[in-house]
Amino acid sequence: MAKNVKPRVKVPKTAAKGEIIEIKTLISHKMESGQRKDNKTGEKIPRMIINKFTCTYNGVEVFSADWHPAISTNPYMAFNTVATESGTLEFTWVDDEGSTYTKSAKITVQ
Amino acid sequence: MTQINTPQDPQRRSLLIGLGAGGLAVVGMTLVPRAVLANPEDVKMAIEERIGDAATMDGRISLELPQIAENGNTVPIAFEVDSPMTESDYVKVVHIFAEQNPLPDVASFYFTPRSGKARASTRMRMLKTQNIVAVAEMSDGSVYMAKTEVKVTIGGCGG
Repeated sequence: MAKNVKPRVKVPKTAAKGEIIEIKTLISHKMESGQRKDNKTGEKIPRMIINKFTCTYNGVEVFSADWHPAISTNPYMAFNTVATESGTLEFTWVDDEGSTYTKSAKITVQ
Repeated sequence: MTQINTPQDPQRRSLLIGLGAGGLAVVGMTLVPRAVLANPEDVKMAIEERIGDAATMDGRISLELPQIAENGNTVPIAFEVDSPMTESDYVKVVHIFAEQNPLPDVASFYFTPRSGKARASTRMRMLKTQNIVAVAEMSDGSVYMAKTEVKVTIGGCGG
């Protein structure tokens, strides 16, 4: 488990039924690309990135992404979804070591 | 180098030009990063790996990238694909590629009819000035492609 990984999400608390809402997420992660070399030893620093991001809405996947080493440190991801019903959005990030980070947010749909 | 402009015998002149070019080449070499870079051919292969031999069409994708990125470590990228996003007609996936990064793949974004909009934004690394390519696969199997150039002042892939 990488240290100091902190996921953050921004989801509207309420939305009208059928409204397209924007979701913003950010997670602190070094996203080591595997391209850098250690200045002292000259050896390649092994790749260690978050390679998968998923968002589910009441258990149903609505958006996901595969990330490669070209995604920046502390990856930011914004996307949209339709507010269909009140419930919970679950966010999952998985890194190269298989560590999983999750965060959830509640939404009330009127 | 100002000597080149003064009248001299042609042999000496071409020697000087040759030296000048050689000098430039040496300077150029030291600027080339150690990592082997991807090139447009690699991107073509990476795209084929994703979509097979499907023909790509222009249009429907708007790519939002800065014309000039001062810091290649974190370049904002956003895109939106024109689609009704209904059960019968939606964008399945959008792949992003970089033509001059050490690796051509950047990310793939998977949408569903419940996405509402085929729009996403993130931040990416760019080693140098290059074309960024977006490829969108629709639910009916059609494929669209868009390309845009970003000038990078300070590259950001480590090294």
